Amino acid sequence: MKQLKVDAIKDGTVIDHIPAGKAIQVLKILKTQGNHPVSIGMNLPSTKFGAKDILKIENHELSAAEVDRIAIIAPTASITIIRHYEVAEKRKVSVPEKLENVAYCPNPNCITNAESIATRFKKYKENADGKVDYMCNYCEKIYRAEDFKIKLG
Amino acid sequence: MSEYIFPEKNIISIRDLGRDELDYLVETAWAIESGRIKPNLNGRIASLLFFEPSTRTCFSFESAVKRLGGEALIMKGTNGTSVQKGESFSDTLRTIERYSDIVVIRHAVEGAARLASEVIDIPVVNAGDGANQHPTQALLDLYSIKKIRGTLENVKIGLVGDLRFGRTVHSLAQALSHYNPEFYFISPSFLEMPEHIKNELKEKGIKYTELPEVEPVVPELDIMYVTRIQRERFADSEDYERLKGSYIIDKETIKGAKEDMKILHPLPRVDEIACEVDSSPHAYYFDQAENGVYMRQAILSILLGEVK
Ligand SMILES: [Zn+2]
Repeated sequence: MKQLKVDAIKDGTVIDHIPAGKAIQVLKILKTQGNHPVSIGMNLPSTKFGAKDILKIENHELSAAEVDRIAIIAPTASITIIRHYEVAEKRKVSVPEKLENVAYCPNPNCITNAESIATRFKKYKENADGKVDYMCNYCEKIYRAEDFKIKLG
Repeated sequence: MSEYIFPEKNIISIRDLGRDELDYLVETAWAIESGRIKPNLNGRIASLLFFEPSTRTCFSFESAVKRLGGEALIMKGTNGTSVQKGESFSDTLRTIERYSDIVVIRHAVEGAARLASEVIDIPVVNAGDGANQHPTQALLDLYSIKKIRGTLENVKIGLVGDLRFGRTVHSLAQALSHYNPEFYFISPSFLEMPEHIKNELKEKGIKYTELPEVEPVVPELDIMYVTRIQRERFADSEDYERLKGSYIIDKETIKGAKEDMKILHPLPRVDEIACEVDSSPHAYYFDQAENGVYMRQAILSILLGEVK
């Protein structure tokens, strides 16, 4: 791998191979704003995608729930946990089978937008272009993962 | 009846039902209609909660409950109810649960019946949730097709009208997909069958043909399933006036039909089937409405454990 254009960190998480332009969106769904130093690299050259974004978050290791949220926006992302400047763990972002209260249902006439209840989606289809569709457990409408509005916290 | 144990506690979506469950429901409806079994709901109470009024469906369920010797508590619309005072849906359900043995729900909001089934322990039947599902309609349609043809297998069926917004045709297509049907989807281009339904059929290897008018395929059909196209669906009224004639079934339309072809319609009909068709041997829609009562009797009896 080529040298990253952002400085190495001592402890924390590196999220690489984010589709170009999505870094800010990824950052928004993590619970790190204001708490940890974050460096962002945008539109960096990538052999795989042409261009990519990178996020480095110091002193924070991503939770499983955060990884699930990232999967919705940036299914191609790779996640590396750094401890004492060393790669401690690599986590593959995988497309979750189920989304438990991670996103709002985009259907305005869905019961989840009328009552205060958790949303639930299950994976409906992985498309040829790598994009993933989910079906709402309640209204049974089918949505592209990238069209979801993510629930924060 | 067979030793089969129905695995579902509720009837919420046609997607929840596999071929065995569908067969069992159809078989039970026939057993009830033919008098072979006589489930008894004496002393049992069904709450029919029609948050959105639908007199027809409500009467059909009420008739089913009463023919089984049970009693019904009926809410039609939310006027004067706790719902209007701002009670949450979940609270309404938790209260009604204490008054009854089974709940039938019609609601304009999609997913309401699913949520109800998660909130309460007694069985829930979805009698229509917005544009989503109306499984008891699809089940009575299946039952009708079974009675007409003696089998559900390999039916050649034309679905006519609004295939985009019509939940009835979606559920029916999904239900029939267990029985190797051949579909003709007949609609204006902007009201065609949604992509996801067509994809589901493709994955199951089920043949379908889409076309803008019904006449060319009439001679092929075993069943013609007609739905209404609402005027509001059209962007401009000129389109409506131009197109509506193509989707009105009259004696002329069905001239070339097979002798035993039957026309189904979920009712109420407005003008999409001309009244002159009613007296033809092809008209089946009023029998279909009657079949709805037997199917709903079957559903209520099965979910209440009274089919033995
Ligand atoms: Zn929904």
